[in-house]
Parts: sequence; structure tokens; C-alpha cells
Amino acid sequence: MPKYYRPTTRADALAALAEGGAGARPLVGGTDLLVGLRHHTLEPDLLVDLKAVTDLPEPIAVDDEGMRFGATCTLGELVEHPVVREWYPALVEAALTVGSVAIRNRASLVANSCNASPAADTAPPLLVHGARVTIASLDGDRTAALDDFFLGPRRTLCGPGELVTRIELPRPAPGSGAAFRRLTRRRGVDLATVSVAAGVGPDGALVLGMGAVGPRPLRAEVPGPVDLDDEASLAPALDRLLAAATPISDVRGSREYRLATLRVLTTRAVRTAASRRNPREMAS
Amino acid sequence: MTNDDPVVDDGLQTVRLSVNGTRRTVAVPAHRTLLDGLREEVGLPGTKSCCAEGECGACTVLLDGKAVNSCLVLCVEAEGHEVTTVEGLSADGLTDLQEEFLNAGAVQCGFCIPGQVVSAEYLLRTNPSPDEAEIREALSGNLCRCAGYQRIVRAVQATAVRRGAAQ
Repeated sequence: MPKYYRPTTRADALAALAEGGAGARPLVGGTDLLVGLRHHTLEPDLLVDLKAVTDLPEPIAVDDEGMRFGATCTLGELVEHPVVREWYPALVEAALTVGSVAIRNRASLVANSCNASPAADTAPPLLVHGARVTIASLDGDRTAALDDFFLGPRRTLCGPGELVTRIELPRPAPGSGAAFRRLTRRRGVDLATVSVAAGVGPDGALVLGMGAVGPRPLRAEVPGPVDLDDEASLAPALDRLLAAATPISDVRGSREYRLATLRVLTTRAVRTAASRRNPREMAS
Repeated sequence: MTNDDPVVDDGLQTVRLSVNGTRRTVAVPAHRTLLDGLREEVGLPGTKSCCAEGECGACTVLLDGKAVNSCLVLCVEAEGHEVTTVEGLSADGLTDLQEEFLNAGAVQCGFCIPGQVVSAEYLLRTNPSPDEAEIREALSGNLCRCAGYQRIVRAVQATAVRRGAAQ
């Protein structure tokens, strides 16, 4: 059975994670971790609760360049934030699909990526927006693109003794738009069968983040302009974007079903993203 | 090792928390959930244990005023925090919300109802006049195997109207 440790300083938290090595797990919302403990799919020796640490990055920070989300930022806080709602509507849509109100009141945005489920709901929009993560350890901080952070199912760049302290997002380019779509078997408390976030740039370039169609959340992009109203322009762009998807068949859907619905959801997400662009800001 | 030592060995850890306005001290192993702590250590069985993995909402409580699944919170995480269970909502008899659940015939087998009531109370405190879509979204994490959803929604709507009229 794990020990429980609630440090109040970042230094103590990092020291505990370093000492605990692979047997130590950071704890924020616990909405995945406690399920893992219950089913013995996770058997850590030490839980390091970050919620009482006073010198970690604040949950949400915003400036002209973009936004930064600390490890303790909950999805509930995220979806209520007015600037998040204005700048990153796809991220809000994705966060609102996670679990339920009670889950979102606990679940951490940063931890959703750290758990590195291929179906992590908030990963696709974070990939679309070019998120970067900050990884801290006793040796100092390093940063990485979220696209490089995901290594495989449940595997990330964050190793033993390390802690992701924040995710930062650049402010979206003027004239760009983004949207998220997800397919599940039921409305609440279900994992994605397929999820996709689409971004449309001011020049008509397309970028996708895809969930549950590969061993990790996937990112793909094509340069613009793509004429969304012209099937001869859109179809080959979708072919290129979706080529990275390699879904498996499981209890939520077959490989063929996932590939078919991914294309439908992507088309819808792209069109919605395009409709969210401010025409006055778009490149002519 | 003292009670103040933050690292727990394989023994019990003392947790001091507020439950329904009363200070409580319980001794639990680190892996004990708040759900089990409330039911077995504090002796409040109104919070129901069902899926115990955040799927069904039967164990919903308020933690510092926010609805959470108590099966997904460790009891030790509640140290220094305030927990309100369904018993705490109705310390002075049935609440208006609970009365409207009865009036609407929303209680069938009843097992999910404590969680439904706590989730609905959280909704009405944060959004006093929700529309039907907002009610369904707020309660989407609370499963009712009797499928009494229509009447549960009606009970929440009636409570919102009643509270609005009382102001």
C-alpha cells in the first residue's frame, strides 16, 4: 500500500519524487490514479500530493503572449475562465466532455496529458494550439513541445523524479479558429471512441489533434490554403491529415468504424473551426 | 512518528476534517477513500458506495462546497477541508429539493438519490435558474438504473422555481 506525502514546497515535492523514483506518483485530482489503485493497475509506493504546495505555478495565468496552466489547474476552473473560453474554445469543448461535473472539479488539465492515455480528451486541442510543457526536477527545468512529450501509451518524456509543473499555450493567431468533436457511446462518464480537434489558420492551413486513433494523441498539419468549400481541395487535405491515424479495434469500436467516423468528425470540426475565424483578421 | 509527520508508514494516519460542520478526527490507512472514511469511520451511510470508480455518482459529496466523487478522493486528502454529505444538507429535516424529489415521484429504488440530491444542490447553488439542458449536464455523472431521469429533472426544475419565488 502506498504512503501518502503532502509537501508544502516545490523543493520538498521534487525531493520526494526523486527519492521515490519510479515508485513515486504525483497526485492532484486523483480521478485516474484512484481508479488505478483500486484495480491494482497502478501500485505506487509513494503518493506526493501537490495540492498543498505553495510555490508551484498558479493554476491559470494569462498575458498578451498566451496562457499558462499550472499542475493544480482543474478542468472545472479551466472551463469557467473567460479568456480560456474566448481564446481556446476547442479546449473548453474538450474539457467539458471529460467525465462529469464532479470529475472536472477534481481532474487536472496537466495530469490529463501526463497520464498519456491515447484517448486523453484535452490532448487534441492542446496539440492544435502548440502546447509546451515544463518538466521540473532537482536538476532544474526543461521544456518540450507536447507533441514530443507523448512517447506512447501511458509513456511520456516525464521520467522518474520529474514533475510537469505547467502547460503553456501561445495566444491563437488573429484570424484562426479551432473546434473539438468527440464520439462516445454515452453522453457522460465515457471515454472517447474517437476525438479530434481542428485548427484553421488565417491562411487556410489546417492542423489536427486526434485522440483514440493511435498509440498516443496524434498531431498532423497541412499548409494552406485549403478551400473547405471545394471537395477537390478538402478531400486530399483530409487524406494527408488522417494518414497518421492507426486505430485498433476494441470494446468502443472497430478499426474500420473509427476510421470512418474520424473523417466525419474531422470534417465537422474543420468547418466549425473555420466558422469561428474573424473574417476581418483573415489573410486574403 | 507523530500525528504531524506527513509521511505515513503502513499504519494509520490521523485526518482532521470537518464533516457537516462538525470537526472529526479519523485514523485511516493512506489508501482509504473519503467515501469509505465517511461511511465506516464517521458513520454516515447516506453517501452510497456503488461503482467506486467515478462512473456512477452515487458517492457525490461537497468538498469545500464543490461536488466531487468521494470514491475518487483519498480520506487523507481531506485533511483540513470541509465535507458536506447528504445528511448535512438535510440536518433540519427534508430540504425543499428533497421534498420536490418526493413530489415529482423521482425516488424509485432510491439508491442513487443521495448523489442526485447533492449534485442537484451543487447545481442550484452555482446556477439558481438552470434550463433543462443545464440540469441534464449537471446530473450527467449521476446514473439512475431505474431510469427515473425525467422526474429527477422535474424535481430540480420545481426546486429552482420554488427558490426563485421565495426570494
